[in-house]
Amino acid sequence: MTQTQSGPKIRIEKVSYAYEGKPALRDVTIDVPAHAISVFFGPAGGGKTTLLRLINRLNDVVEGTHMSGRVLLDGQDIYAPGMDVIQLRRRVGMVFALPLPLPGTIRENVLYGPELAGVRDRTRLEELLSRSLTQAALWDEVKDRLDNPASALSGGQQQRLCIARSLALEPEVLLLDEPTSGLDPISTGKVEESLYELKQNYTIVIVPHSTQQAARVADYAAFFLMGELIEHQPGTEIFTTPRQQRTEDYVTGRFG
Amino acid sequence: MDRYLVQRAGFALLGLMALMVVLPILLVIGTIVVQGGGAISWEFLSAMPRDGMKAGGIFPAIVGTLLLTLGTALVAIPIGVGGAVYLAEYARDTWLTRAIRLAIINLAGIPSVVYGLFGLGLFVLFLQFGTSILAGALTLAIMTLPIIISAAEEALRGVPTEFRTVSISLGGTRWQGIRRVVLPQALPGIITGVILGLLRAAGETAPILFTVAAFFLPRLPQSPFDQTMALPYHLYVISTQVPGMPLQIQFGTALVLLILVLSLNVLATSIRSYFRRRRQW
Repeated sequence: MTQTQSGPKIRIEKVSYAYEGKPALRDVTIDVPAHAISVFFGPAGGGKTTLLRLINRLNDVVEGTHMSGRVLLDGQDIYAPGMDVIQLRRRVGMVFALPLPLPGTIRENVLYGPELAGVRDRTRLEELLSRSLTQAALWDEVKDRLDNPASALSGGQQQRLCIARSLALEPEVLLLDEPTSGLDPISTGKVEESLYELKQNYTIVIVPHSTQQAARVADYAAFFLMGELIEHQPGTEIFTTPRQQRTEDYVTGRFG
Repeated sequence: MDRYLVQRAGFALLGLMALMVVLPILLVIGTIVVQGGGAISWEFLSAMPRDGMKAGGIFPAIVGTLLLTLGTALVAIPIGVGGAVYLAEYARDTWLTRAIRLAIINLAGIPSVVYGLFGLGLFVLFLQFGTSILAGALTLAIMTLPIIISAAEEALRGVPTEFRTVSISLGGTRWQGIRRVVLPQALPGIITGVILGLLRAAGETAPILFTVAAFFLPRLPQSPFDQTMALPYHLYVISTQVPGMPLQIQFGTALVLLILVLSLNVLATSIRSYFRRRRQW
């Protein structure tokens, strides 16, 4: 897989998407740059989550949908026939709104993906375990109880465990769908801090749970309204000098 | 009227009804233990019947019932759980799956004597298994299937969808998610269904009547194509077909069947609670 340094990591090209006849995305085109945090924000029902799930083809399992347009990862159409979807999902990780540890221990959770991918080497697994937990800012809190049930962790720890679980596959892209919606401010701060670290090595796309969070973490931000991309700008600009009236209305809190 | 009084009277009435459910069970067990307890001895459990079954033991009937239950389990568990996994995890809502579901519901409603006749026609006569453990176990398995499938499907559907999505998002195939996450979660429910089905099979008389059960066969079966005695049928025989049978032996036989079924039940419950303790989400 050759990565063109100049091109975007992910290119969404004229994507429209409908679920049971109801349009969720309308003709969305957007470039997601590598090694940066991109934020998809806007009011509920704007299509942010749908778009996120299209990037690692999680919506494949949903019936009654229709999609047009292309999604390119490193210039390669991930919806092209013959695409290895399993391999794609290993390259593009996903963290969900609600932290959901799989049954089992902390160790089993983190190593679930690598083991399915066929990693058997003990030292390699241990290395993945400690590194991904460190990257998710959880290592210090759990290193002495890796074989305890994951469900015993607090909500904030569980969400960082879910991030670590995705990172253990060493993905290139990390998608996060409102990863802090159920967390207290301190846990939220920890998750956000780990994101700053992660963007050195990963391409991160996040649907934030608030405009404040969007403004805090965004290198680039895209504003979605009812399935349409309204505006896509560097984060420093869109929250201070939005070009579109509708974006300004939203970020200044006039609606949404 | 004082509303608290009404409430208390209501509770008392409801409690009484709850007690009425327990009463028959206590009476049944009590009667059988009192009347049959004296018959239980090592010889009764381990010896062949003698003197027209009026003396000796019921060992071949115990072994026969255990073998039949085992055979039923070997056939019904893989088919039942496999079918449930298909229906709950893979099947789309088509006319075919609707037909399958309809078939399952109808299977559950068929009287057990009809299963017996069906087993006689298909396994004993048409497939020429003869009156044999194989034919009996297959007949009991078919009767047990709807119970296992329904319970297992319900248990699988009880596992939140998100687990499957998480597994897929971590690069798992659908089957890997089912095997490594969903099935372990559903296991307590599946085991419950399996045990309920097997308990019913172990205690049934009609399905084994024409397919396997021997009236009097004071030796152990040597192969799956042998006949065997079995507890429920033996109980039926000594209660109705043999004049002058001591009452104690009849109740003793019933007690053994009851203990067998209840201990299977206890075993199942403890397996289930073991897995339930291990389950966390």
